[in-house]
Amino acid sequence: MWKKSVKFGIAALLITGVLAGCGKSDSTAEGNADNGEAKQESYSGTITLAGSTALQPLAEEAANEFMGKYPNVSITVQGGGSGTGVNQVAAGAVQIGNSDVPSAEKLEDKSKAGELIDHKVAGIAFAIVVNKDVNVDSLTLKQIQDIFSGKITNWKDVGGKDEKINVINRPASSGTRATFEKTVMKGVKINEAIGTVQDSNGAVEQAINSTPGSISYVAMSYLIGEKKDLKTLKIDGVEPTVENIKTEKYPFWSYEYMITKGEPKDAVRGFIEYVKSEEFAPKVKEMGYIPMSELE
Amino acid sequence: MKGKGQLNYWKSEYIGRALVTFCGLLIVITTLSIIVFICGKGIQSFTESGISLKEMLFSTEWKPSDSDPKYGAVIFIVGSTLVSIGAVLLSTPIALALAIFINFISPKFGSAVLKPVLELLVGIPSVVYGWLGVTILIPLLRESFGGVGFSLLAGIIVLSVMILPTITSIASDALSGVPFSYLEASYGLGSTRWQAISRVIVPAAKTGIFTGIVLGLARAFGEALAVQMVIGNAVKLPSGLYSPTATLTGILTMDMANTINGTAWNNALWTLAMILLFISFLFIFLIRMIGRKGER
Repeated sequence: MWKKSVKFGIAALLITGVLAGCGKSDSTAEGNADNGEAKQESYSGTITLAGSTALQPLAEEAANEFMGKYPNVSITVQGGGSGTGVNQVAAGAVQIGNSDVPSAEKLEDKSKAGELIDHKVAGIAFAIVVNKDVNVDSLTLKQIQDIFSGKITNWKDVGGKDEKINVINRPASSGTRATFEKTVMKGVKINEAIGTVQDSNGAVEQAINSTPGSISYVAMSYLIGEKKDLKTLKIDGVEPTVENIKTEKYPFWSYEYMITKGEPKDAVRGFIEYVKSEEFAPKVKEMGYIPMSELE
Repeated sequence: MKGKGQLNYWKSEYIGRALVTFCGLLIVITTLSIIVFICGKGIQSFTESGISLKEMLFSTEWKPSDSDPKYGAVIFIVGSTLVSIGAVLLSTPIALALAIFINFISPKFGSAVLKPVLELLVGIPSVVYGWLGVTILIPLLRESFGGVGFSLLAGIIVLSVMILPTITSIASDALSGVPFSYLEASYGLGSTRWQAISRVIVPAAKTGIFTGIVLGLARAFGEALAVQMVIGNAVKLPSGLYSPTATLTGILTMDMANTINGTAWNNALWTLAMILLFISFLFIFLIRMIGRKGER
């Protein structure tokens, strides 16, 4: 009995030691680094990801599949927002920070940004969405800019019926809004005095569905699945599809980033490569994101 | 024998005493560290990010994501103040009426039904209030007044339901604390029951009722989620009751996770948190003042 408990104690100590080691060095691969072939099959350790809620569903799916392939790897994916992702990875609290924007755009202290490495892992398309009662199917970039800057306030001015336009924005710090400002507004200021602000894709969906004449923007990955209720608009007559983004016809999209502190090693590197890989690409597409293999 | 007795005495006296002293110190230290931490972070806006205190407290321009960022907090301070005062104005008469009903009109029904119902009301999480607001109140407002429904008014209504139990229970305690002889004396002078209640009992319980109102106000000021869900979060001063605006707590919950530690934006948010803390100190101070006045 006594022996058993000592053995157990030693085992527990060893496990704790291994885990602690993982925490420090991001993760450990059991295989020798020089032995490339053995390394392929023997990722182990724990990886924690935190950050962007836009990337979270994809990261979770990738984590499940990666853990299925390498049972010795344990991956936890947390949300929290892009800012949290960059904060946590810069502080060393997580191995990978998920972000909608490159870390340098979020950080003011550029010396810190030097330590962080951004990995583009997927593309994400966004769509202009409107309430079902809006009988407009396509808007030009100029029209969208005029609507969100408050110059156009009635749907009849863009070919719809006589109805007030209710603008719904995301908060100023949102990654979706940052992309919207960069790729669609192109320097034209969003007018804060018109419309309302909703905190998340879900809240936007709820508000769009219930507010007549409303317009907003959401990630395409959010529109996949049962949430088909929202009406998406074409921009300049172009639909938000992978093909149109590849041929640069559709402007409203951005990369999603996984950020590491320093060059990623072992399991972390393996995981990021897996997310970008051809093998995982069909799943990426199925979930409404754009695989890196299609963008490069 | 004697030694054992002393040990027991020591145990019974000092262990318990040490434990409660420790808990007391712990809570003091925790509170102080929270205050020090928030103030330390909040001051960084002025010391490190170079935002002027004057701009923060007196400017209505909040444009943290602009190339020339502005950090004026007036909109949020005014928004929080209006929504809280509105909620108190709406809630207090009802709360007072309920308190009178419970104590004097029908104590049996009051204690058997009303009090448990109010306790239930306290137990409902704020996200549920917010959700009910979005799904029931917002469409109702939209159908009656047009527009989007997300507004200061919606925030006031949701908050007034949330603070009703707080004000009612404290006002009720205050009323029941009025000596029975007061009631007898006013009956003796030939007053009716209502005259006794409105001219004698309520004025006598004034201090307690005010304490309840200030506590309700404090609760309303600190409430984040439910208000954020219905108020529209437009970063502008409200043009009327039926206009969207933003609150201190709302902007904190929306932007905190998406900004990076150490940036001017993040520091400015900490300053908003500090302002919130000072306002709640003000409320506590008010309650103390009222209490002291009542003792005299």
